[in-house]
Amino acid sequence: MKPLLEMHNITKTFPGVKALSDVSFKVYPSTIHCLVGENGAGKSTLMKILSGVYAHHEFDGEIVFKQEKVKFSTLNDSEALGIGIIHQELALIPELSVYENIFLGHELKKGRMIDWNQTIIESMKYLKMVGLNVVPEEKVKNLGVGQQQLVEIAKALSKKLTLLILDEPTAALNDEESENLLTLLRKLKSDGVTSIMISHKLKEVVSVADSLTVLRDGQSVLDLEPNSNEVSIPTIIKAMVGRELNEIFPKRPMHTTQEVVLKVSNLKGYDRNKQRDVVKDISFELRKGEVLGIAGLMGAGRTELAMTLFGNASNYQVSGDIEVFNKKVNFKNPKDAINQGIAYVSEDRKGNGLILIQDIKENISAAGLKNISDYGFVNPNEEIKIANQYRKDINIKTPSITQKVKNLSGGNQQKVSLSKWLFTQPKILILDEPTRGIDVGAKAEIYTLINHLVDQGLSIILISSELPEVLGMSDRVLVINEGVSTACLDIGMTNAEEVMMYATQ
Amino acid sequence: MKKFLNELWIQLKLNVRDYGMFIALAVIMFIFSQLSGGLFLSPRNISNLFNQTGYIAVLAVGMTLVIIIRHIDLSVGFVAGFIGAVAAILMVQYQVNVFLAILIVLGIGALIGLWNGFLVAKMNLPAFVATLAGMLIFRGALLQVTSATGTIIIPNRFFNLISNGFIPDIFEGKLHVLTLIIGFLGIAFYIFNEFKQRQSKVKYGFEVVSLPLFISKLAFVAAMISWVIWILANFNGLSYTVIIVGVVVMAYNILMNKTVLGRHIYAVGGNPDAAALSGINVNKITMFVFSSMGFLAALAGIMFASRLQSATVTAGTLFELDAIAAAFVGGVSAKGGVGRVTGSIVGAIVMASLSSGMNLIGIDISLQYIVRGMVLVIAVIFDVKTRNVK
Repeated sequence: MKPLLEMHNITKTFPGVKALSDVSFKVYPSTIHCLVGENGAGKSTLMKILSGVYAHHEFDGEIVFKQEKVKFSTLNDSEALGIGIIHQELALIPELSVYENIFLGHELKKGRMIDWNQTIIESMKYLKMVGLNVVPEEKVKNLGVGQQQLVEIAKALSKKLTLLILDEPTAALNDEESENLLTLLRKLKSDGVTSIMISHKLKEVVSVADSLTVLRDGQSVLDLEPNSNEVSIPTIIKAMVGRELNEIFPKRPMHTTQEVVLKVSNLKGYDRNKQRDVVKDISFELRKGEVLGIAGLMGAGRTELAMTLFGNASNYQVSGDIEVFNKKVNFKNPKDAINQGIAYVSEDRKGNGLILIQDIKENISAAGLKNISDYGFVNPNEEIKIANQYRKDINIKTPSITQKVKNLSGGNQQKVSLSKWLFTQPKILILDEPTRGIDVGAKAEIYTLINHLVDQGLSIILISSELPEVLGMSDRVLVINEGVSTACLDIGMTNAEEVMMYATQ
Repeated sequence: MKKFLNELWIQLKLNVRDYGMFIALAVIMFIFSQLSGGLFLSPRNISNLFNQTGYIAVLAVGMTLVIIIRHIDLSVGFVAGFIGAVAAILMVQYQVNVFLAILIVLGIGALIGLWNGFLVAKMNLPAFVATLAGMLIFRGALLQVTSATGTIIIPNRFFNLISNGFIPDIFEGKLHVLTLIIGFLGIAFYIFNEFKQRQSKVKYGFEVVSLPLFISKLAFVAAMISWVIWILANFNGLSYTVIIVGVVVMAYNILMNKTVLGRHIYAVGGNPDAAALSGINVNKITMFVFSSMGFLAALAGIMFASRLQSATVTAGTLFELDAIAAAFVGGVSAKGGVGRVTGSIVGAIVMASLSSGMNLIGIDISLQYIVRGMVLVIAVIFDVKTRNVK
């Protein structure tokens, strides 16, 4: 049998980073091909190349579809050939009906007008195909996430697509919905539709995959063709994490005490907007002077946990106990948490960590103005002095502290963000992806700073998608899977494979 | 000398956004002065110009804060009109003491603003919609309270002095001596303050501009103030309007630049999500800013009623748009987080100068609107372009 799709020697470089290097793989018709890898391994980039989001001149390598070399410049080019991508964040319009959404962008027309009757009849056909039992007039916002996923697939089928790319389709679904979706994919397979599925859930992968590619650091490290040996979870995990923990993590003496500074029991957080629990059942203790790493895959609820701890910043409906220094707290807003000595360095520096149009000193003082003001009046000179101090201490590379933060590099922005929170004199510091999107040199500086801070007696919660970072920097690791804490492991007695097992079980 | 010029050039380049408006104003004044044969810069005209601009300037100050936190307030015009009518009714029909009447209506204004803030912050209404509704409501309320009487003449002498009176002089003569004395004290205070700040910076060991440049700057600003004071002293002297606007601008300038509250307002405007995560109560800030806007709208309403010595049924029409235009011309960014109270005042004076100047040289009102519209566009283009420069 000839492959439906071949991607040869794909290499894609972003400024300063090689996202993909020399990746090749094949997909055969009427199969399900799974794409697996850690966060940042290059899966999404590869699929963006296949679907035309990155145009043919933006990468090296070639795509062969149905034995013909193809070059895409836009999403429309790949769709014209029957390749469609269903993103993790659904691209449906909530206020429109199901049938309007299915035919959005390729409306059925009679003359110059839309033929709504035909649209409704056609959409019923596709809804039946995907097994979604709702009336076509229902508004999409009234459907659950699983049902919306099915609408997306119906939309793809209505475009007569033959190759579906699904980016973590089950990430937001519960077990039953996931099982239904996988059954649908198998049914579509027998109808001649081929799927490429990105997934973090390895159980699903082994149950549904005909063939499989594992990516790691932008390279293909494991490629199983259909009918090759049985795919097993340990093999996949080994391929996903199989690199040496290199020596970029500076050592520090252990000084964890037995004093508990933060105790969380059966924490639960209900997101009113998403209408589901984003934190389901998390318990752990944080001790004075330790780094507690939090590991978990995308969507496991790491940031949501941090938001709940940081004064319930996302305004969830929270239940369970949080004790800070042996005192039960009931946070209403971040100010409460700041007053208790908790600080949160956001994963999204530009979105909600910093004020980009303001200068360095204003950003550093933003959360701690009360430390430099009398009777509500800010002392501007004290502010300059402190900003200069941080600039020197943690090496913010800038000609002046009056530089606008938007003009700084990612690493320097992160240092400003760290300074801002250190200035609030925290006792508990939550670092959410502190090294995301910054260069190796700045990474090393931030690791050194983390060590320096725990030396001074701070307690740090370190959230990171990079498993080596969690393993290299933490004293203990809390593993989270779908909003539930599944294990708390001592760093000396665990390894990447075990953490990955708890994160994907 | 070369070093001095070099430093001057660097400082000018660094702060081009801050004084760009002043240059524009100077150019406009010079052009109209030439075209009108010197009439535009005559003491009488300048004095009139300031008194006419007063109530818009006050609104522009409040609007600056509203736009900084990424909102808008369309209701302020008719709130001002309504408040003027309420003040007139209190004094004329209920014989309320003038001071008490003023206090009451200022309070009502602040409450109206608080209501707008409540709709925006707590009910999550877009400010455009909430205040558009307010605009309709207070237009109706103004017509309602004046329906029985029509225009209400305000006979109170003190009330009418607010926008028509000048501070009394201590000597009879051609020049207004008290104005000169106040101007001199103002300059002295300015110089003293600048020296104090410089001293404090030196104490902290910070870099400061060189002494010659520092003194040149002081001399330049002092000359400018002297010039304006001199012009005013040659007519009736300082008006109460100028003093009221001056106090409002000073108070808000200190609020925005020196206090924690001001910093929080800029932070909310710059990035509301980051502000919330920094422990700032975004809702509280929003309510405060709208409430302050309502208070200033009431003050503007008092000033306008005083100027006409009566409350009219159409008072307040389009004030809000003049105030918004003044703020944008003065460099406030519609994207939020950027803007100065002083800039908006200069913006208000620029727009008023255009009207006054074009009236003087007899340009038709239809063309005046077109010119003012163009100036608004040009000012904002300048602002956007200079902001993107690193």
